Amino acid sequence: MAGGVSSSSYYSSSIMETLFQRTLEDLIKGLRLQLIGESAFVSKAIEEIRREVKSTDPHTKSTALQKLSYLASLHFHDMSWAAFHVVEVMSSSRFSHKRIGYHAASLSFHDDTPVLLLITNQLRKDLASTNEFEVSLALECLSRISTPDLARDLTPEIFTLLSTTKIFVRKKAISVVLRVFAKYPDAVRVCFKRLVENLDNSDPQILAAVVGVFCELASQDPGSYLPLAPEFYRILVDSKNNWVLIKVLKIFAKLAPLEPRLAKRVVEPICDHMRRTGAKSLMFECIRTVVSSFSEYESAVKLAVVKIRELLVDDDPNLKYLGLQALSVIAPKHLWAVLENKEVVIKWLSDEDPNIKLECLRLVMAMVSESNVVEISRVLVTYSLKSDPGFCNEILGSILCTCSRNAYEIIVDFDWYVSLLGEMSRIPHCQKGDEIENQLIDMGMRVKDVRPELLQVARGLLIDPALLGNPFLHRILAAAAWVSGEYIEFSRNPFELMEALLQPRTSLLPLSVRAVYIHSAFKVLIFCLHSYILQSESMTSSFPDNLVLGVSELVLKRNMLEGSDLTTCEAPSAHCSEGFNPSNQSYEDLSIENGGDRTINHGQTSTPAFSENIFTYDSIINLINQVELALGPFTGSHDAEVFERTRHILCFIELIKGEITECLVQKGKTLESEEMKASKIIKLISDAFSEELGPVSVSAQQRVPIPEGLLLKENLDDLETICADFQVPASNLFSLGSPYYGEEVGVSPFGLQNKEESEPSNEATSLLTEHRKLHGLYYLAPEKNEIVGNDYPPANEPKLQVNPKNDTEDLVKLTVQSLATNKKPNHAKTRPVVVKLDEGDLVTITAKRPETKDDLVSGAVREVLVGSDTRTATSQRNPSDKSSSKRSKRKGKEKLNVDCSELKENLGDSEKLKHENPSSRKNKHSINGKERRHKSTGKIGEEGEENGQKGKQKSSHRHARHKASHRADAPLNVVSQTPVIPDFLL
Amino acid sequence: MGIRFILMVNKQGQTRLAQYYEYLTLEERRALEGEIVRKCLARTEQQCSFVEHRNYKIVYRRYASLFFLVGVDNDENELAILEFIHLLVETMDRHFGNVCELDIMFHLEKAHFMLEEMVMNGCIVETSKSNILTPIQLMEKA
Repeated sequence: MAGGVSSSSYYSSSIMETLFQRTLEDLIKGLRLQLIGESAFVSKAIEEIRREVKSTDPHTKSTALQKLSYLASLHFHDMSWAAFHVVEVMSSSRFSHKRIGYHAASLSFHDDTPVLLLITNQLRKDLASTNEFEVSLALECLSRISTPDLARDLTPEIFTLLSTTKIFVRKKAISVVLRVFAKYPDAVRVCFKRLVENLDNSDPQILAAVVGVFCELASQDPGSYLPLAPEFYRILVDSKNNWVLIKVLKIFAKLAPLEPRLAKRVVEPICDHMRRTGAKSLMFECIRTVVSSFSEYESAVKLAVVKIRELLVDDDPNLKYLGLQALSVIAPKHLWAVLENKEVVIKWLSDEDPNIKLECLRLVMAMVSESNVVEISRVLVTYSLKSDPGFCNEILGSILCTCSRNAYEIIVDFDWYVSLLGEMSRIPHCQKGDEIENQLIDMGMRVKDVRPELLQVARGLLIDPALLGNPFLHRILAAAAWVSGEYIEFSRNPFELMEALLQPRTSLLPLSVRAVYIHSAFKVLIFCLHSYILQSESMTSSFPDNLVLGVSELVLKRNMLEGSDLTTCEAPSAHCSEGFNPSNQSYEDLSIENGGDRTINHGQTSTPAFSENIFTYDSIINLINQVELALGPFTGSHDAEVFERTRHILCFIELIKGEITECLVQKGKTLESEEMKASKIIKLISDAFSEELGPVSVSAQQRVPIPEGLLLKENLDDLETICADFQVPASNLFSLGSPYYGEEVGVSPFGLQNKEESEPSNEATSLLTEHRKLHGLYYLAPEKNEIVGNDYPPANEPKLQVNPKNDTEDLVKLTVQSLATNKKPNHAKTRPVVVKLDEGDLVTITAKRPETKDDLVSGAVREVLVGSDTRTATSQRNPSDKSSSKRSKRKGKEKLNVDCSELKENLGDSEKLKHENPSSRKNKHSINGKERRHKSTGKIGEEGEENGQKGKQKSSHRHARHKASHRADAPLNVVSQTPVIPDFLL
Repeated sequence: MGIRFILMVNKQGQTRLAQYYEYLTLEERRALEGEIVRKCLARTEQQCSFVEHRNYKIVYRRYASLFFLVGVDNDENELAILEFIHLLVETMDRHFGNVCELDIMFHLEKAHFMLEEMVMNGCIVETSKSNILTPIQLMEKA
């Protein structure tokens, strides 16, 4: 038939349809030809299929369905509309049609498919079919689409199939059990015993299937399967099949941590496998098992590390990668293993495979400790400069993450770290603005001693106009601006900072960041004015020394005990008479000051933190004018935050300007100057600003009692509609403040999680303000606002006085500085105090686990394994236990009674056992084990009919053993929480 | 679950076979396949065959023009999965005789049957080529 082009003309009669129906092959050919484009062709084909699938002819119908399945599977075409036809084809009597139907069903049915209700009987019929291929189809289908209902209704059939003699069917039935258990946990009570019996089967196919099932089961809840350890152990020792061994190893990896005696027992066989096997996959599994679950066994770990080494130096990138992964698993417990392979790890850090590089990076970070963090970070930062942007950011990210871990646990020299952050910010590819921002602010609040250095770094970032152009840095700049406002008292030259905050290029910043700039400028302004007032006061009291003291008093107010402060006091009037032209002066001074920056921190002699003389009348007036000029344009801003902050500053200036000029004119004369309104205001504001901001515990909000009448759990669906029309501005990306905060606003302002609110979250507030205006009724009383409002910095407008020369010099200096730190991390220095909020820093997530199906499964398994003795006993009494499921269900119900009667017997048992000498028990057991092994090896040939019988015998034997051990250890506690392993361990 | 899905994708990124062991909607599948193909096909021969994706791993291997991609849980043994892929290819090779992309395209059902014999409910249940192929040959005769 000719391709797909002209097919629409012949379809009048159904015979014609059948004769000329396109087969799947035609469809595929047509698709390949693509004469009319894929989508057109497909929709045409679908049209045909829709027609054909309704045909009464089973062949036409099934072919149509076959084509539809093909399109659904490979061309993502919806086929849910054909669900009913699928059911029809499934029930076809011809195998080839049925096959198509089943395939379509497993492809397209899911829990919500309505027609699922219709297939139960069909499945039941096929499961009971004599044709093993039909059974297989039904099992396959069930493994994909089973629902709780299907699982429940078909459990009896599965149960029967679990012991069928047809291996082909039985192995599939075993695999399906996993799915059935998951959907219908009660099936465990019916099927579990038979499943366990299959563990003893000598057929490799059965064994592979059943071990696979137990591997999955054990990964969900290992504890329940401890009683089966002896069987797994036998497989571990006896099996020659690598696939099976790998699965068994996985099981032991889960069981061993729960039971040290078991670990002791299996570690040797595992090492044997590791030594002997030629298969890399098995060897790797042994390695993985040892490093993850047997890390206390020195010799095993050593062996594993030797093998890992082999993998690491292999040329095959796969082995390399896996070796690295294994190393990173073991790193937390045996760091020596990583250190031993240090060179290899560093070497692969420049591998061409990003995955391998990433693993190496993780390992390198694992090696970081207090003593080498400086060195490693240095190497990595240098390396990141040469890397592609993606990996560069991976590196930066992991440095940031490692160093900040646990409240900067490994950092001793914070000055170094802060300057490293400054350096990172300047790396061209750096996109870690958010993180760096958070850390800069966080450290400012937590680590008092680092504040001077922090300010220097902030200054470096702020005065560099080049940085303003990089959007990834905006958030860092916001942090820098905040720092410069908050810790301005450490600045040597506030005027210079003010200029940086107000420079014209700040127009490149998003409004949210500008708001921070403006607020910082406000703080700087207040600081300058306040210093000036203090200075003039002391001048009037004509004690030159006081003037300095006044300043340092301010500093001391914040409990700063920095070397620089002391020097301020010691060298009070160094340049009393110079510098009437601060704006020029400051830039000339730059270089000198820069040079001094570092030394100052180490308490060496240098210029004071700021020369007192810079607060002159002229400089202050200049400053005020500058601020006014720069902020003027913002009074028309549409951004609430920017607008409001600008107004604050300008009004303030308005308020004080007149008076301050007066007061300044009279300087040195009026003793009452401090009585004046302006200075009072300044003092007040200054006090407000010097209120220290501390970190806020993550769990702080939880401690706030919920006000009465507030329904936190109320359905807030209607908020979504409200939030939908509320657009988060594009600048979101660069907003200052905790990123979470911003997001929360986007989603719902009631985010229950409480993130660090301690940071200025500028944009968030502005958003909130807007939102509050719109939807005030949803808000609580505005407490939060006050807190947030406090930390805001201001901005200003810059006249382009920034001398480019200075900037470059600055950069050079920065590098020199960082090199200087590099020379010797100052270990003599004691680690500064880091504010930690004991409970607060750890997010305590109360893991409330709802009872999931897994739990139900493991509950049932425990019941069967530990309590099953009762059941076994019963079934022993009823030799006719070919359990129709109804019976077993009934038995389940009867169980309680049985348990009671059994219990008495059990007590008897346990007493008997107690009389036995423990050592004799041990002997007895080891004999048992041997016997059993004999049996199973002997059994290989004689599967068939005898299989059932033997299995039963054996199982009862085993169960008896279980019972004995269990009763002996915990006679009264039938469903013990930690099932006891049989004495095979003792 | 073990194996979550098996994909065969050609060099151009067209899916030739897709078998999922958990239900995904069409949209989820489309997105998933798109992401995976983009991630894996860009990699070179010298890079390793394992890719982390979302919360699981993809183990892939290339044979001529066809990529075999297997999505597995994180604790699955990657090397074993590579062996599994190889076994699958060998099995198909034995059945089709020097298997190629076209064989799989035109005999998709058979490829699915082989997979069904080998993997059940996300677990590898059969690893012997003759065990896998016997029922398929029998079915063909039937």
